[in-house]
Amino acid sequence: MHNFSVEELKEMARQIRRDIMKMLMISKSGHSGGPLGLADIFSSLYFKILKGNPKNPQWSERDFFFLSAGHLAPVWYSTLARAGFFPISELDTLRKINGRLQGHPAPPKTHGLPGIEIASGALGQGMSIAVGCALGLRLDKKPNHVFVLCGDGELDEGQTWEGMMTAAHHNVDNLTAIVDRNFCQIDERTETVMKLEPLSDKWRAFGWNVIECDGNNIEEFLFAVDTAKKVKGKPTVLIAKTFMGRGVSFMEDDYKWHGVPPNDEQGKKALSELAPTKYGDFITFEWEKE
Amino acid sequence: MTKLQSKELKSTRLGFGEALVELGKENPNIVVLGGDVTGSVRTDLFKKAFPERFFSVGVAEQDMMGTAAGFCLAGKIPFASAYGEFATGRPFDQIRQSIAYSEMPVKICASHCGITVGPDGATHQSLEDLATMRVLPHMYVMTTCDYYQTFRAVKECVNIPSPFYIRFFRDNTPVFTDDSIPFQIGKAQTLIEGSDVTIIAAGLQVWEAILAEEILSAEKISVRVINMHTIKPLDKEAIIKAAKETGAIVTAEDHQIHCGLGSAVAEVLAMNHPTPQEFVAVNDTFGESGIGEQLMKKYGIDKDAIVSAVKRVLKRKK
Repeated sequence: MHNFSVEELKEMARQIRRDIMKMLMISKSGHSGGPLGLADIFSSLYFKILKGNPKNPQWSERDFFFLSAGHLAPVWYSTLARAGFFPISELDTLRKINGRLQGHPAPPKTHGLPGIEIASGALGQGMSIAVGCALGLRLDKKPNHVFVLCGDGELDEGQTWEGMMTAAHHNVDNLTAIVDRNFCQIDERTETVMKLEPLSDKWRAFGWNVIECDGNNIEEFLFAVDTAKKVKGKPTVLIAKTFMGRGVSFMEDDYKWHGVPPNDEQGKKALSELAPTKYGDFITFEWEKE
Repeated sequence: MTKLQSKELKSTRLGFGEALVELGKENPNIVVLGGDVTGSVRTDLFKKAFPERFFSVGVAEQDMMGTAAGFCLAGKIPFASAYGEFATGRPFDQIRQSIAYSEMPVKICASHCGITVGPDGATHQSLEDLATMRVLPHMYVMTTCDYYQTFRAVKECVNIPSPFYIRFFRDNTPVFTDDSIPFQIGKAQTLIEGSDVTIIAAGLQVWEAILAEEILSAEKISVRVINMHTIKPLDKEAIIKAAKETGAIVTAEDHQIHCGLGSAVAEVLAMNHPTPQEFVAVNDTFGESGIGEQLMKKYGIDKDAIVSAVKRVLKRKK
């Protein structure tokens, strides 16, 4: 779809972070922490890794991407717009009535956006969907690769583990799962709400190949995906260590920023920490013109 | 109209299983998901004929619904089946988000529905599935009356590009439909003409309604019998016509009294042509173990219950 250099991917990730902050300042509702933490992964996916065509989102040769944790939508919406699936000017409609940027990703047939395959929001469903899609593609001997991104808190949902078993049982290897391992969920740290560790061992015990990587390090993430796609005979999961709120000092690694937007003052401070990029903002606020 | 007769006893679930095999021959995109009850729901026939297109997901109905939705995205036509309660109640959220809201044309096929599943008892008697499936936007909902109609419905459902739910039953029951009766999803069948009252039945209660009509016609009561195999989209015209022409309605189903066929019919009547209606259904209670026939009698959904309901509604008829 795109073939950015690592430097460009980093700059795009910063632009995505600026977009997320501005979208949330406008919507006054939505999730800050998780989306900020994922900007490096989304930049890498849509500007380097994924095969696709923004002008023909249903292109039959595309790689499939599923965002299982639908509340992370702001980072996806910004990335899809930046990748060319819809105009960046639409980013100011997040969570607004009659808009396509629904609070959680909607299917394109109703209120959703080009580039979204299926609804998500109720947690834990993306893994099963990704496995079904991968099995269907394999049946037709097609080379498309399937990616699914799950939050770490989301792994509390049992359905994910059912899907993990199904993937391993059927030796699905055209599927790569990504776990956003930021150790934060709404209430508290993940290990306080429901202990997930030893997480990699659990995935291994379920029959998966496991790669641990730094999800905020683009070079490392690109290398991990390359390695994952070469593994045959079993599915691979990338346990991608990220920091919730990455890029904004006062949000970083703090679960309290899971589900809230910045107020104007906090938003201004956040934007002052994220230098403008060559890609340009989707909106210039009045106070920025002064 | 020729008199409807039971030609043989065969299960509706067998009609489903045999139709799947036929579909498998005709269409390479048909895939079937198994949840460890393949012998019971009769997907074992497809599994044997097309092993490469059969996928076991284990006893995991929530995963099965998501996996089925994923198959749709890869261009497949997936059939997901289990016992009624576990095909609808257990994975309701998955059906709501990944299938109905997302408009994935998964075919959800539920066997062992209703109280007539019998000895397994209340946990396995799906009496709420019509309610939970028909409340979902985009969802088609069917309940077929015999082996052959189930076969026809399953053959035809692949032409519907929507989420689709069909319920059927475990027991061997009378086969009384054939090609002489026109069949179309979404179109009610008038099986017996009549002018005093209309019984609108679905599933196994269609045969009970036919037996009730025999009793009532001997008492000079002219009964119309409609088979409402499609609960959604509902054939409103047939309901309004019956209300106008006969002035009294009895609905009959193997389901809770709330939110099933009876409620669907009442909604149409209330909005279009208010008419006295009596409900033959399980009256807001869970079931118990027993033989299907015994349970139908005890819980008031057999032919005798239909006869009583007809007499009650005729007293209310203006």
